[in-house]
Amino acid sequence: MPANRFNGFTDYGIGIGLRATHYDHILTRKPVVDWFEIISENFMIDGGRPLQILDQILEQYKVVQHGVSMYFGSAEKPNREHLRRLKELVKRTKTPWVTDHLCWGSVDGRYTHDLLPMPYTFEAAKLTAQKVREVRDYLEVPIAVENVSSYAEFHDSEMTEWEFLNEVVERADCGILLDVNNIYVSSQNHNFDPATYVNSVPAERVAQIHIAGHSKYRKYILDTHDHPVIDPVWKLYERAVQRAGHTATLLEWDDSIPSFKEVHDEALKASKFLASTVLATAV
Amino acid sequence: MKLLKLQRTMARALMQPLTPSERMQDRAPDGRPMRAYAARFIKPNDRLSSFERLEIYNRQYWFRLLSSMIEDFPGLRSVLGSRRFEAMCKAYLVDCPSRSFTLRNLGSRLESWLRKHPKWAGAKQALALDIVRLEWADIEAFDGKAEPALRPEDLAGAAGPNLRLRLQPYVQLLSFRYPVDDLLLAVRKEDEDTDFASNAFQERRKRKRVQAVAKLKPGAIFLAVHRIDYSVYFRRIEPEEFAILGALREGKTLGKAIDTAFRKSLIAPEQRAASVQQWFQNWATLGWFCKVEKKAAKS
Repeated sequence: MPANRFNGFTDYGIGIGLRATHYDHILTRKPVVDWFEIISENFMIDGGRPLQILDQILEQYKVVQHGVSMYFGSAEKPNREHLRRLKELVKRTKTPWVTDHLCWGSVDGRYTHDLLPMPYTFEAAKLTAQKVREVRDYLEVPIAVENVSSYAEFHDSEMTEWEFLNEVVERADCGILLDVNNIYVSSQNHNFDPATYVNSVPAERVAQIHIAGHSKYRKYILDTHDHPVIDPVWKLYERAVQRAGHTATLLEWDDSIPSFKEVHDEALKASKFLASTVLATAV
Repeated sequence: MKLLKLQRTMARALMQPLTPSERMQDRAPDGRPMRAYAARFIKPNDRLSSFERLEIYNRQYWFRLLSSMIEDFPGLRSVLGSRRFEAMCKAYLVDCPSRSFTLRNLGSRLESWLRKHPKWAGAKQALALDIVRLEWADIEAFDGKAEPALRPEDLAGAAGPNLRLRLQPYVQLLSFRYPVDDLLLAVRKEDEDTDFASNAFQERRKRKRVQAVAKLKPGAIFLAVHRIDYSVYFRRIEPEEFAILGALREGKTLGKAIDTAFRKSLIAPEQRAASVQQWFQNWATLGWFCKVEKKAAKS
């Protein structure tokens, strides 16, 4: 399962998010990193420094594209300009797979720039899956959808979040970017057992895993990506790789970003869990 | 509730501005109590009411968009002052919510909106419009398209008054009533210098900014916002340079562009040829011209 049709049959190891604060370090020190994840929208531009940096990174590293505004769950058609620019970038990076979120964020052409939760209904699953298929057919690369952190649930929901995820990915025949931190955050906000979620995901569809830190408030947890990964999230990660195997793993750190070394060291903590999957396969 | 209706209902609520204490408003967009509005589609849990859960998204929406505006328009913020700037941003974003997949374009309609809503800048309207135009040009120049630059050999046999030269798409040409380039550079320098500043230092900085804005006297300038090695620079240019470059961008021939530029020029006729030669040399060195299209060069 590490290399599967949802991640272009690759075996990428442990990566970190490419962030502007680390550009100098990466380009001058050339640290050994399995791969970088880029936020697609930051590079869906016509020219200038971001693309120049990206081209330099591409000369030396493997890159995977992660989007934040495709909004597969929005009840409107995909934005053609967005798709055109995304495809241009896919050609540039040669990303083996593309990820974005299982959420909505725009309506009537107005963008919230947030990852808003879905109502877990069959209507929404059908529409979302249709959109994933359309985008994949246009981009001509495998797509994996990421479960988001959420702070609200809807009366309209007809199933659990993981049932909804399964419904969408089966209908779309797409991959999953399993974010175990998001599962943990949502489990605390909505009182469910995160292990049940991890155990319910179709492991053969997991193309990639996200790990991250978050911020705890008195009544809820926010997915802030500004802390190290906490132990309960590592436990979920351990379980996820037990089920899915040696899967491409990415640490997200987007705010209060520490040194490159600190971020990379945090990501590399995943290696002991990945190593155990290799041992398990061997025996 | 159908998916589209639910998404419209939620989006309307979370795009509604926060109260002065940065909480969700008590009234929904339709005038009903927000508690009842939220309870219609959001479940409460054992810790948070429907209202409180919706409020998390409402606050995140505004914090995210205002941060983006603050990052993109530090100059306008210094002209208006922080409080007025934030109030203006809220009004702008209510009238012009984002219609792009990227936050990069959030301020694309700010100049035209501000022009129609002069109350926000009051007596500083001309200055505010100038700085908004400069800050937007800076964004456009930063990631605008660059085409292969013109090389001397590309002009072989094509030079002459009928030549049509194309400007690099990323080069932005602007005329201002105020020397806003100096102001924006000063604001940025202060921001760089005070990343880890104390509160007292921040206060002094605020006073310095206010003084800088108060002191800024009108003075027409012409500017090219361009890139060198992927960094954006502001280059002051002569009115005649501005006119030539503008005419070339409109597709006029070299001859017509130069004629137009000197129609009301104060440059002595005997100095004009030397000036034009020097300007073209500068522009070519800066890579502002794109490779000539063969068809255009022959016309």
